[in-house]
Amino acid sequence: MLSKTKIGIILAMFLLLAAVPPLADYFDQPFYLALFSRILIFAIAAISLDLILGYGGMVSFGHAAYIGLGAYAVAILNYYDIDNGWLQLVVAIVGSGIVAALIGAISLRTGGLYFIMITLAFTQMLFFLGISLEEYGGDDGINTSRSVFGDWIDMDDNSVLYYVILFFVAVCTLISWRLVNSRFGMVIRGSHSNERRMLAIGFPVFRYRLAAFVVSGAMCGVAGFLMANLTEFVTPSFMHWTRSGEIMIMVLMGGMGTVFGSILGAAGFLLLEDILANLTLHWWIIFGPVLVLLILFAKKGLWGLIPGREGLSDD
Amino acid sequence: MSLLLLLEQTLNGIQFGVFLFLISAGLTLVFGIMNMVNLAHGSLYMMGAYYAVTFVQLTGSFLLALVLTIPCALLTGIVLEVIALRTLYQRDHMDQVLATFGLILFFNELVRILWGAEAQPMPLPPIFDGNVEILPGVPYPVFRLVIIIVGILVAIFLYFLISKTRIGMLIRAGASNRSMVGALGVNIRLLYTLVFGLGAALAAIAGVMAGPILSVEPGMGEEMLILAFVVIVVGGIGSIRGAVVASVIVGVVETVGRSTLPYLLSQVLPSDDAQTAGPALASMLIYILMAGVLFFKPEGLFPARTG
Repeated sequence: MLSKTKIGIILAMFLLLAAVPPLADYFDQPFYLALFSRILIFAIAAISLDLILGYGGMVSFGHAAYIGLGAYAVAILNYYDIDNGWLQLVVAIVGSGIVAALIGAISLRTGGLYFIMITLAFTQMLFFLGISLEEYGGDDGINTSRSVFGDWIDMDDNSVLYYVILFFVAVCTLISWRLVNSRFGMVIRGSHSNERRMLAIGFPVFRYRLAAFVVSGAMCGVAGFLMANLTEFVTPSFMHWTRSGEIMIMVLMGGMGTVFGSILGAAGFLLLEDILANLTLHWWIIFGPVLVLLILFAKKGLWGLIPGREGLSDD
Repeated sequence: MSLLLLLEQTLNGIQFGVFLFLISAGLTLVFGIMNMVNLAHGSLYMMGAYYAVTFVQLTGSFLLALVLTIPCALLTGIVLEVIALRTLYQRDHMDQVLATFGLILFFNELVRILWGAEAQPMPLPPIFDGNVEILPGVPYPVFRLVIIIVGILVAIFLYFLISKTRIGMLIRAGASNRSMVGALGVNIRLLYTLVFGLGAALAAIAGVMAGPILSVEPGMGEEMLILAFVVIVVGGIGSIRGAVVASVIVGVVETVGRSTLPYLLSQVLPSDDAQTAGPALASMLIYILMAGVLFFKPEGLFPARTG
């Protein structure tokens, strides 16, 4: 189980996150409300990727695809005047899940670098599909409006939207945490550390991995659903391959194989981006080398800085 | 859709394949020998193009620019290897992907600072300007033919280098058993650095040749990089022969697919559907090809025997 320090930090983290809207309101900084909404959405994407990357060793270089799918589920339904949030959410989750099943079924046959590249290739495929769908805006993207969840949740209020996103972060964290500590999660981790042995014991490793891949894709679809709601605009650039790389970096910054670390990773990445962008126009020239240094010297990520037992040995 | 147009498109495809080969050759060598994924390889291609732009402005001669760019690119590659990439050889692929991803961001911004964000003009060299009739009634730009010839020359050069020279022997030995080569007293670090520099120089040649026909701008490397990855994955990572075959396949499928697929679809589908599906399918074609190849041959067409 988690150490007391870590439980404390997790509680403090969620309390702080819950305090963002009133604080942003008090200091009259709506920009930070939007920034933290983005952070939380990417946190969901990072949590979903960490599930297969950190625990299962499946290096998916194409997780932006599911953000795009979730976002387009909102935009395309909205295009046909279907603004029911529940329906959009279901379509986003089921759609991403189905696509993840197809991609996973082919990609998981390969391994190592081939797996990285084939997941990238599938995402490129969807990226170009998005560009060529002129009906839904093509290259320019498509405007959409926020989902409608009945009278009692007013998504048009940015603070309400923020709490909806935070709610989904909590749900995804909980699901991931339960999953990685379940028998299913043990099989996934076991297959990561020694596939041959798991096969010898009699576990159908491929099927377990595929299931994890689908759960991860569907969860990332939720991030896309929320992203479309936040930006009210969807473009193929949501699926650009650099986006997939960024999500991977967030997982790494937070610490691989740490469900809660992904939230820290997303926050760390986007805040660093924000700070550097304020410093200089050419902030990429600092950001690039910082990434390299992080990867070379800070593999345990932000979560690893917290005292107590770390990473995969958290249980 | 005439047969002649198809021929022209096929030649364009081969010419595009040559670009891809020049880029993927270095990528696949570096992977085969150092077991290293280098996303920043596309940046070396970009640096090559930018060096050439500068040298053309300074000297006014395309050929001189090409000659000057090659050592500069070689040096860039070597410096990059010594400073940043050397430490990554022992890391897993994900670390390599992400660290070199960071390098891409760095190089793109560097180029933006040094040369500006807008595309840099690079005139077609006058000697290669104009068309030549490859068949009666079929004019074809000379420069594109030159690109194809350069590609063939590089492929022959690589073949001799790798299968006939001592350094090539070491490269092959390094690919099949790294630690053994090191144990036999070969300076494996130096070999790695040289191979990396060679890859950088090849990518830079592609960059120079791309200058006059594609636009020289920040981020130009990424598009090529992803296609080069498709090439080395289809061809079998680490295999030069695979890279040759796969780059021609990918180049031709990409180019010919883009120009003929919308037409072919319009023959079988109502024209509205064909208008939508044609370009979509055409841009997805090579990725479908790659997924198909990996589905049947998870190790690519020519699996390299590495160990």
